[in-house]
Amino acid sequence: MAVELSHYLLLSAVLFGIGTLGVLTRKNLIIILMSVELMLNAVNLSFIALARHAADQEAQVIVFFVLCVAAAEVAVGLAVLISIWRKRGTMNVDALSALRG
Amino acid sequence: MGLETVLFLLLAVGAVLTALLVVTSPSPIGSALYLVGTMFCLAGLYVLLAAPFLAAIQVIVYAGAIIVLLLFVIMLLNLRRIEETLPRFWRIAGLFVAGFTLLALFMAIVRGSSVLPDMPALPTGFGKVKGLGEILFGKYLYAFEATSVLLLAAMIGAVALVRKTGGEGKDGR
Repeated sequence: MAVELSHYLLLSAVLFGIGTLGVLTRKNLIIILMSVELMLNAVNLSFIALARHAADQEAQVIVFFVLCVAAAEVAVGLAVLISIWRKRGTMNVDALSALRG
Repeated sequence: MGLETVLFLLLAVGAVLTALLVVTSPSPIGSALYLVGTMFCLAGLYVLLAAPFLAAIQVIVYAGAIIVLLLFVIMLLNLRRIEETLPRFWRIAGLFVAGFTLLALFMAIVRGSSVLPDMPALPTGFGKVKGLGEILFGKYLYAFEATSVLLLAAMIGAVALVRKTGGEGKDGR
């Protein structure tokens, strides 16, 4: 059995699904942030697999940009999280319903 | 089975197992440490896919910087496990939605796999620093400069968000 493109894409889909599950079922803000990172990484994996199979390096450059955006997202996300912790003293998403209409 | 297949299977199983542990671990520190495992497995897969530079970046940026930042915040805030009071209905609903997403992706990949290209031979230097740098500083130069502005904005935003505003009454702590 040789490893094909579809195997990498299926692995990427499984990781994306696990990340979705984490975002939807966990309540701890930090774990939700980590699940989002997991989803970003799953997409990166399919970009790199497609780059290998199209023999095109541009997809790898896109992954580079995704990494930059992920780093910025984590920095701002953690800052928001710290200020929520200071104001509310909780990390539970259920306690954060101030924007509910 | 060739060496590539064995390595792929090992790394894929490792990545999926650690990813499952990330979303099921009760404590945030456990999750962060398992996420390091996922990142390392993915870096190994990147090497298999002829992207050694991105594998190095993955280890340095994710395992080295992002996870350390996450762990630092977890320990700074002294987070302990939070009681998960999600009702059973919503837990099952979340599982259902995630499963449906997964199923849709699987269907798309399996149905499209006949038109996917075969593995072509790669030019020398594929995925190395020189080739990527030439694209990054050639065609994507403006995008690259925009990223630097994005990172600066994120840095200023992070500092502004966590800065203690002394005079305002609401922010007591």
